[in-house]
Amino acid sequence: MAGWLFVITLLLALVAVHRPFGDYMYKVVSGRRNNVVERGIYRLVGVDPSAEQTWGVYARSVLAFSAVSILFLYLFLRIQDKLWLSLGFAGVPTHIAWNTAVSFVTNTNWQAYSGESTMGHLVQMAGLAVQNFVSASVGIAVAVALIRGFAGRKTGTLGNFWVDLTRITLRVLLPICVLATLVFMIAGMVQNLSGGTDVTTLTGATQHITGGPVASQEAIKELGTNGGGFYNVNSAHPFENPTAWTNWLQIFLILVIPFSLPRVFGRMVGQLRQGYAIVAVMAVLAIASIALTVGFEVHGAGTVPQAVGAAMEGKEVRFGIPNSATFASATTLTSTGAVDSFHDSYTAFGGMMPMINMMLGEVAPGGVGSGLYGLLILAVITVFVAGLMVGRTPEYIGKKIGAREMKLASLYFLVTPALVLIGTAAAFATGNNSTALNVGPHGLSEVLYAFTSAANNNGSAFAGITVNTPWWDTALGLAMLIGRFLPLVLVLALAGSLARQKPVPESEGTLPTHKPLFVGMVVGVTVVLVALTFLPALALGPIAEGLS
Amino acid sequence: MTLLAEKPATPSKSSAVKGGLLDPQQLWKSLPGALVKLDPRTLWRNPVMFIVEVGAVFTTVLSIVDPSALGWIITVWLWLTVVFANLAEAVAEGRGKAQAAALRAAKQDAVARLLRDGREVAIPATELKLGDIVVAEAGDLIPGDGDVIEGIASVDESAITGESAPVIRESGGDRSAVTGGTKVLSDRIVIKITQRPGESFVDRMIALVEGANRQKTPNEIALNILLAALTIIFLLSVVTLQPLAIFSKAYNAAAPDTTTINQHGVSGIVLVSLIVCLIPTTIGALLSAIGIAGMDRLVQRNVLAMSGRAVEAAGDVNTLLLDKTGTITLGNRQASEFVPVEGVDALRLADAAQLSSLADETPEGRSVVVLAKNEHGLREREPGLMTDATFVPFTAQTRMSGVDIGARQIRKGAAAAVMKWVRENGGHPTEQVGEIVDMISATGGTPLVVAEHVDGQPAQALGVIHLKDVVKSGMRARFDEMRAMGIRTVMITGDNPRTAKAIADEAGVDDFLAEATPEDKLAYIRKEQEGGRLVAMTGDGTNDAPALAQADVGVAMNTGTSAAKEAGNMVDLDSDPTKLIEIVEIGKQLLITRGALTTFSITNDIAKYFAIIPAMFAAVYPGLDQLNVMRLHSPGSAILSAVIFNALIIVALIPLALRGVRYKPSSASALLRRNLWIYGLGGAIIPFIGIKLIDLLVQFIPGI
Repeated sequence: MAGWLFVITLLLALVAVHRPFGDYMYKVVSGRRNNVVERGIYRLVGVDPSAEQTWGVYARSVLAFSAVSILFLYLFLRIQDKLWLSLGFAGVPTHIAWNTAVSFVTNTNWQAYSGESTMGHLVQMAGLAVQNFVSASVGIAVAVALIRGFAGRKTGTLGNFWVDLTRITLRVLLPICVLATLVFMIAGMVQNLSGGTDVTTLTGATQHITGGPVASQEAIKELGTNGGGFYNVNSAHPFENPTAWTNWLQIFLILVIPFSLPRVFGRMVGQLRQGYAIVAVMAVLAIASIALTVGFEVHGAGTVPQAVGAAMEGKEVRFGIPNSATFASATTLTSTGAVDSFHDSYTAFGGMMPMINMMLGEVAPGGVGSGLYGLLILAVITVFVAGLMVGRTPEYIGKKIGAREMKLASLYFLVTPALVLIGTAAAFATGNNSTALNVGPHGLSEVLYAFTSAANNNGSAFAGITVNTPWWDTALGLAMLIGRFLPLVLVLALAGSLARQKPVPESEGTLPTHKPLFVGMVVGVTVVLVALTFLPALALGPIAEGLS
Repeated sequence: MTLLAEKPATPSKSSAVKGGLLDPQQLWKSLPGALVKLDPRTLWRNPVMFIVEVGAVFTTVLSIVDPSALGWIITVWLWLTVVFANLAEAVAEGRGKAQAAALRAAKQDAVARLLRDGREVAIPATELKLGDIVVAEAGDLIPGDGDVIEGIASVDESAITGESAPVIRESGGDRSAVTGGTKVLSDRIVIKITQRPGESFVDRMIALVEGANRQKTPNEIALNILLAALTIIFLLSVVTLQPLAIFSKAYNAAAPDTTTINQHGVSGIVLVSLIVCLIPTTIGALLSAIGIAGMDRLVQRNVLAMSGRAVEAAGDVNTLLLDKTGTITLGNRQASEFVPVEGVDALRLADAAQLSSLADETPEGRSVVVLAKNEHGLREREPGLMTDATFVPFTAQTRMSGVDIGARQIRKGAAAAVMKWVRENGGHPTEQVGEIVDMISATGGTPLVVAEHVDGQPAQALGVIHLKDVVKSGMRARFDEMRAMGIRTVMITGDNPRTAKAIADEAGVDDFLAEATPEDKLAYIRKEQEGGRLVAMTGDGTNDAPALAQADVGVAMNTGTSAAKEAGNMVDLDSDPTKLIEIVEIGKQLLITRGALTTFSITNDIAKYFAIIPAMFAAVYPGLDQLNVMRLHSPGSAILSAVIFNALIIVALIPLALRGVRYKPSSASALLRRNLWIYGLGGAIIPFIGIKLIDLLVQFIPGI
């Protein structure tokens, strides 16, 4: 019962916030005025905020910004021992520094390290947290650029990346994070610069109680669908997620931007109903996924869960099963990757669900920005097939889906599955799967999960596999890097191609893309494409385990 | 154009586009062509089938190295899959070839009578150059495409149009174009050649129907990209499965080896089978056949499209520009009502009107006689039998016509002229005549006043004949259909705006362009295109050429000038402007067929997974046998059944690909719902049944 209440209140809160928050973000990205701070920043970096960029310039700006970010973060991690607040930790080894730099810049936040025993406070705050903000802004900016492509009337331009980046960071992410940090502190989360305290416990042993800027880190970790925890155990740690209601709030923060972005889409293309259709697709997929995951966990199959009445292994007692399963769904339905329970310990099918959520391309509702553009690509593919079936050259929001658009959308769709499948196969072919804790189907799931998480920029770990070896750090780093930036460039190219088009007026012969039939079809295409792509691999992992 | 103008618009029921049926013999006859197409140099253009062929070669090698019954049977069926795909294309091309052969027969090697310095020289028609002047007389074949610059002749164009009635070709005006290969039946004409050697209309026609230089259309290219992407994804998904399979088998080493899996992983033959079953072979095999058959359906309706792109554009059209005359109306004004003035009996008016029209052989005049007979039962009187009657013909000066019978004079004509005649003969036309005339004009009709003068009495206006443009039956329903499809219809007419509006309202078109000059048409098309709309129009005159060229789909009438034919991207050999509507439907049907078969192809894969995944892995993980929902006999039979089904479904769908998916004009929502149910859901369910049935048979093959 409490479980239902948890999920239903979450849904209601998202429904209530969707409209005002979406409208607010719409104003942020489409407004003309820049405030004093923003103007100062533009002057500092030498950007003309009124200059419109073509897709090529926009893409180069994104890539240049990200490349500099990776380089900076890598060096920062390498030399942290020479800087303040390092808490005495050494510089991060090369392969972990590379993996971490890529991981945080790509909004993945895959952690091949243990936060509390590797990173000092300065790196956490000025390195990792900064990337938590800007990598999220990059995602939203690219989504907004794609929307501008749909909304554009033969302009060929997509706005200005630097303006988008600045505004989203300062006006959307920062204020909410300040507020959320305060709330988290009230709830009892740690927020200090202490190196920790050694205490003697009742049993006489010495225990190290860590400190640090946890609450502030936590707010952006969820809001920006980053997921990189301050502590190794992420949101299962009492300092990162003290109570059931902070758990609720964290899930809310994870979902709030991705679920509100379709409203921005509806506003910008001037057809609110198109935004509702997109959010409906997200909601259908998300609700189905949460229901299935909770169902599999509550009625978990397996000897131990049957004996104790529920699959409690790997879950915090203070959250319980439904709340943990909901968190697991939310974190993988988006590109967050934070965890408050251990997916490796889930029942076979319960553990398959987070994997499937990511395999969907993280579109329900997906990472901040990336979820919307991922789903719009799927909508484009659906429109193409559906459009042919109504006897017209397919068009979406008045833009024709021709050969060039199809090429870009198809390539987008190819990238992540290719990374996941090739990565997984390579791990087995090279024997690097041996670092997995388990053998048999569960061991296969652990490897498959790692690549699924990295390529989709999720960052959650199934756990049960040691990944801080050079091979894994390099392979997953590449998966994250390609999985983030190649699709992103393809999206911008698509946006550019759409922006150059003159919109086609709507008529009775136009495929309606706001009706339930179309919503159902996008859901169907998403699920069928994923099922067809990954079913053979899943059959040897979670399905074999679950059906045994 | 008027030849066919009387043909009523086809009612909506029969307007659903139909095509020829597939003759089983055609399959057999096309087999050699299909085998030739196995050449990888041609097949690589079709990425899906190319992968199947590569797979077939691979399994052939595997079967030779390590022969097994299953291996060989699967290999045979994989080759058959490729052959069936080629067969579909060959059959589609075969129908075009038959038409091309008929055209070639018509294009006999004619001798041209070239006029050089006023002297006639006989040279082979093939040596004619652009701008040459030739002579053709009764019995001659016209040596090349050109314009008549002197003379008038009747020409038999049945070779290209199939229409046996001869047509008139004369210099000047819109009927000056002649086509090479047609035959002069009477008189003598001088022709200026407008074609280059080897580029005659018939040459282009042959090339088109043969599909010799068939280019992929934009939507076809886009669809090919999607299919290629799906192929790559499935290829990856199967190839990357092998290390996982080896790992799983090693984990469960105690599991017995089967025909499908051993310690080296899944057998090559099974992996290839899985790939072939998953990649979209159904649509990949039929895609080009659908395109060729679409063009073929146009040719069967005597429409020549200069490019497949134009056919596709027809499906996208938002605005149809239709000439009023001949398309929307029957082409002539017809008497629709007799309106007598007060005090005059309707019968008397009808009688006078009929008498005055007996010698009037214009369609208007005939229609007055017909109306008098239909409405008032007045029998037609032979003008020749009325000995005392003198008929007064219409002249531009008097603007009246009529008859004098003894002392009785009857006149009918334009209101002003007839009223003047009444006054001159001592009568006083009542004001009521003026009112009736105004009323008829207001509704877009043409009033003809009828007056009578008997010697010794003052002349009297009897009443008014209401002439009106008669809208073809069924046109309103047709336009309603168009509207449901999201297409606006615009009537183009030279009439004044008032008349145009009345007819537009009656016909049910969405808009009209009155007093339209060629420039107006061009401007209207540009305006529509500015708004992102695609425009289709028909035209035949030289002055239509700019608009035809500007329109996205320009259908030139075959009776039109060569300038018009050059400017348009389609030519209608029947010169029937209503054909535009059918062309739009064929364009839509072409796209729908592709979309429907793509959906079918993708949803088919669900069932194939349920057949093949348990077949591959149930030996290692027995729990996976629960996925064998069809309860297929054995791993071998399951995989073989899936492969056989995959091949047979191509053959089963060839008739559909050639005929096109049934298309009924309706809104996009309705079309999508219908096709999604039939081809989406059908595609998901049919293979479960098909694979199970095939499995029931193949399980009896020893060794499977």
